[in-house]
Amino acid sequence: MVSQPSNTRLRLRFAGIAAVAVLAVVSLVATACSKSSSSGSSGGTVKAAWIYVGPTNDGGWTQAHDNGRKFVATELGGKVKTTYKENVKEAEVAPVIEGLVKDGNTIIFATSYGYAEPMAAAAAKYPNVKFEQATGDLITAGKTTPSNYAEYWGAGEDTLYLSGVAAGRATKNNKIGIEAPFAIPEIIRHINAFVLGAQSVNPAATAKVVWTNDWFNPTAEKQAAESLVSAGVDVIFSHQDSPSAGEVAKANNLPWVGYDSDQSGAYSSVWLTTATYNWGPRYLSRINAVNDKTWKSDNYYGTIADGFTTLATFGTIVSADTKTLINAELTKAKNAGATSFGWYWGQSDRQDQSGAVKIKKGQTLSQKDLYEMSWFVKGVDGTLKN
Amino acid sequence: MNDNLFIVVFAAAIYYGTPLVFAALGEILAERSGVINLGVEGMMLLGAVGACWVATSIDGPAGVVLPIAVVAAMLFAAAGALIHAFLTITLRVNQIISGLALTIFAGVAGVSSYLAGLWDLGQAPVANQFGKMDLLGWGDLPVLGPILFNQTLLTYLSWLLVVLTSIYIFRTRWGLQLRAVGESPQTADSVGVAVQRSRYLHVLAGGAFAGIAGACFSLSILPTWQNGMTLGQGWIALALVIFGFWRPDLMLVGAYLFGGLSSLRYTLQARGVEIPQLFLDSLPYVMTIVVLVVVSNSAARRQLGAPAALGKPYEREER
Repeated sequence: MVSQPSNTRLRLRFAGIAAVAVLAVVSLVATACSKSSSSGSSGGTVKAAWIYVGPTNDGGWTQAHDNGRKFVATELGGKVKTTYKENVKEAEVAPVIEGLVKDGNTIIFATSYGYAEPMAAAAAKYPNVKFEQATGDLITAGKTTPSNYAEYWGAGEDTLYLSGVAAGRATKNNKIGIEAPFAIPEIIRHINAFVLGAQSVNPAATAKVVWTNDWFNPTAEKQAAESLVSAGVDVIFSHQDSPSAGEVAKANNLPWVGYDSDQSGAYSSVWLTTATYNWGPRYLSRINAVNDKTWKSDNYYGTIADGFTTLATFGTIVSADTKTLINAELTKAKNAGATSFGWYWGQSDRQDQSGAVKIKKGQTLSQKDLYEMSWFVKGVDGTLKN
Repeated sequence: MNDNLFIVVFAAAIYYGTPLVFAALGEILAERSGVINLGVEGMMLLGAVGACWVATSIDGPAGVVLPIAVVAAMLFAAAGALIHAFLTITLRVNQIISGLALTIFAGVAGVSSYLAGLWDLGQAPVANQFGKMDLLGWGDLPVLGPILFNQTLLTYLSWLLVVLTSIYIFRTRWGLQLRAVGESPQTADSVGVAVQRSRYLHVLAGGAFAGIAGACFSLSILPTWQNGMTLGQGWIALALVIFGFWRPDLMLVGAYLFGGLSSLRYTLQARGVEIPQLFLDSLPYVMTIVVLVVVSNSAARRQLGAPAALGKPYEREER
């Protein structure tokens, strides 16, 4: 038994370490799997790249952006060569941007809030490449950014206001339950608009807010929705990425408003509607601008009128009457002009939870006002702390 | 939905504790044989993706599709466990490193998400799912009915497995051999127990149980696939093994405590009770640290009653 163990053991150990290394490499390759689709030949071809925080099949945020990329590829054919990187963590985006620049991309779209700072830094470093940041707020906040850095986002609160109308009509006991990730201005203004929409048709409507403290967490989202139901709400609005609140709605047969993904098919028996986004036209116009050499930095805020903010298909439980009402508002918004948003904020004095008037009748809110909103409208039962 | 707070909280504790019970029960088997497997989180995701794949691609009655989906979940996760078993038992790689590698390999940025992309999962809820059902007709009992007897089939299965595993470990000859392998593989070997085979079998069984835990997510809690949908529950399961002193019955209590806490936070929030959420938010991470501290400190392990040979590769020559 004392034969030649040490040699065998060493070899075994080495094989083990090698195997662990192989595991690690395989997972890295699987993670960083990037796909590119080129359409046609070159010659005046713009190389455009997208950076995604999630997978392209997430059925929500990233998928909507990738549909925009595909739209561009179809529209421009041989004039564009598109690439994307998916599952890129916000903290790890810098080397990904570097790699895309080295690959010769002349315009890069980054689609998660946390990419903003590294994108602006890369823009300063590579003045010949255009950097486009979705949902960033560096420009709105008045920070100095390079002239080849742009930001784009849009008035999702407007379509959530209209979703609120559907919810206000659907509630019988005037208690709407809302689950949302974090008490940040983006979510706060979305909730406020939604509640104002509900109150526009049902002044007695109130909303109870539960924070999940997570953008994406199916279990927590389900638990939060269940907690709202057990607290007595009869309509649910989940400002979350997974459809698990829809499962709770279905189990309890309660009307449901989701977020940024059309679930009218899978949840037809409980679905009302929600805000969805159409990124394609923005991408098309920016790539065309690169092609025409007319690209300029901007701070785009998409609207219903320019087709950026869209309303998901109505569920079968939305009454014809309610549909007519919402569609009329939608038409008005469409006719209001491409740069107009938030028509409802100043329709009357708007009070916060304590009763103090925060928006005066007739007042309009600027993009900056919206980006800084940090109070709940009256009728919201919830705290602004997570 | 029952509005009684007490019933709501306890029923949720069992529903959300169920995946923890499966995962921790499997890990108890593996650790009782002397192999710690930190790949639970990754194996759960493999199980979840396998179950969702079957439930998405096979049409048929629930009674046919769901059992196949659960078996698929067990096989997918066991395949992950096989990697760990081969690395740690045959090649004697450090168990901590191998387990962590497995979780990364199979996890949110690895194979489970890759397969889901390949099979285009997560587009819609699966047609066949584990809903709550009153299996024994006791759902109308006051208080106990809605808490205990209006659960999913997976929960009833978990109770059965907890009982059977307890009997297996403490009341059978094989269980005695298992404990011997985990406490003193040399002694077990000297009386003719096949140490390596026992470890392989229990690591694989542990993987299969973790697979059912994954199926709880993709067939019941969300009923579809989303990348990384287990979100750290595997780490809590690992901690439960320690807090349950490697005993299935104590672990069950811990699992329901965690399941209850995780939903209680929202139940209280919705009823206007403010609780500090940072504590609960940080739990999975605190648990991870506790697990790593305990498993890497032999004195702490002894104190808690861990199998004496836990984490140590067995090499016959050293006898």
